[in-house]
Amino acid sequence: MEGPFATAFGLLLAADPVLMQIIGLSLRVTLTAVLIACLIGLPLGAALALARFPGRGPVIIVFNALMGLPPVVAGLIVYLMLSRTGPLGDLGLLFTPEAMILAQVVLILPIVVSLTRSVVEDIWAEYREQLQSLGAGRLRAVPTLLWDGRVSLLTGVLAGFGRASAEVGAVLVVGGNIAGHTRTMTTAITLETNRGNLGLAVALGIILLTLTLTLNAAAWGAGQWARGRLG
Amino acid sequence: MGAGAVGMTHVRAFVPSILPLRLEGVGYAVGVKPLLSDVSLTVEPGRRLVVLGANGAGKSLLLRLCHGSIAPTSGRFFWADGSPRPEAQAMVFQRPVLLRRTVAANIDYPLALRGLSRSDRRAMVARTLDRFGLGAMAERPARLLSGGEQQRLALARAWAMRPEVLFLDEPTSALDPSATRIIEEMIESFSAEGITIVLTTHNLGQARRLAEDVAFLHRGRLIEQGPAAAFFAGPKTTEARAFLAGDLIW
Repeated sequence: MEGPFATAFGLLLAADPVLMQIIGLSLRVTLTAVLIACLIGLPLGAALALARFPGRGPVIIVFNALMGLPPVVAGLIVYLMLSRTGPLGDLGLLFTPEAMILAQVVLILPIVVSLTRSVVEDIWAEYREQLQSLGAGRLRAVPTLLWDGRVSLLTGVLAGFGRASAEVGAVLVVGGNIAGHTRTMTTAITLETNRGNLGLAVALGIILLTLTLTLNAAAWGAGQWARGRLG
Repeated sequence: MGAGAVGMTHVRAFVPSILPLRLEGVGYAVGVKPLLSDVSLTVEPGRRLVVLGANGAGKSLLLRLCHGSIAPTSGRFFWADGSPRPEAQAMVFQRPVLLRRTVAANIDYPLALRGLSRSDRRAMVARTLDRFGLGAMAERPARLLSGGEQQRLALARAWAMRPEVLFLDEPTSALDPSATRIIEEMIESFSAEGITIVLTTHNLGQARRLAEDVAFLHRGRLIEQGPAAAFFAGPKTTEARAFLAGDLIW
């Protein structure tokens, strides 16, 4: 058996169509999930930081706890919703990339909400009186606080991306690991390992790690640049 | 504000003034502990009022109450235009928060909140930068300015809001002497434009340089007020005499 690194480079250099399809689908699912989770989670987290209502404490606790939601359980919940007899069964989304995106949104939304709340709460404590003095009400303060917290918020978004790109349970349960349709890097690794096809599994693992490293390096660089540039 | 008004100084011939501001028996307590009690005071238009007192006397609290940052737990405020919190007033806090964006964007922010048109805002920002010699640093991030420059920007941002009265909380407490002089010159120029100044300080030299009227706070009470010359020449209370002499009055 040739070494896994050689296998990985061989597949990449040949631009193996099956591999490219798997990488493409993984990125599409995870990045779409991150985007949707941010669109919901950033304003929701900021609202949770600024709003005062009965039951706020329990809501915060639930979101914090959900950060540790096992991916398989997230997958199961989405599976039950999308299965033929479930409330969203008519949409026929089970075993499609869209179902995988939904499952990953469920998985990372709590991370984005909780970290946003924490970041925005800290900035709000510093900014509150000044923003009020300048004429910004609570609602108007939300975009200001999100923008001024952008460097710290990037960490939360990255954590969400990391969790989504690394998990296998949720996409496996709702996607079904169908070759050419819902097979991602993590589900492919699981399958190839079970088949004893370790070379390919390790090759996929190396590619996944490299992607994650590259993205984190880019985000870290952007954060450093912004800190130096914006104070 | 129309574009035509941008070239003018702070003249409001046709707008009813929000001053004088009258405080009647204003107090602020946390639980049963009074931090400020029974303050009755009038802020007259066009004057420079310096609020004096030791640390913890309630100076900042009094300013934040006047500005409307917090509500008093007793007593009342009467603005001359009858509104509860007029727009034509601004405050520079002891530690002003500059937004994590450029100098120009910091000046623009409150103008956008007030719904000024894009062209009016651009004109006002340009005029403010020019007026305070900040043009060269317009595109620099505000948080990376020096302490003196940050304070200049905070005052410029407040000025751009075209206040009739400007509340300044220890505007130079963290600055070196040359930066302090620049800030004091800015305050004097505001005053010359007709902006009413209410300022706290524990710097007696600054109080003597800037004050036209004095309000002296001691342990949350206003125990002496009047024209600055009379106050510095002959304070009526033993506490004020001790404060001016630099003695401990606790």
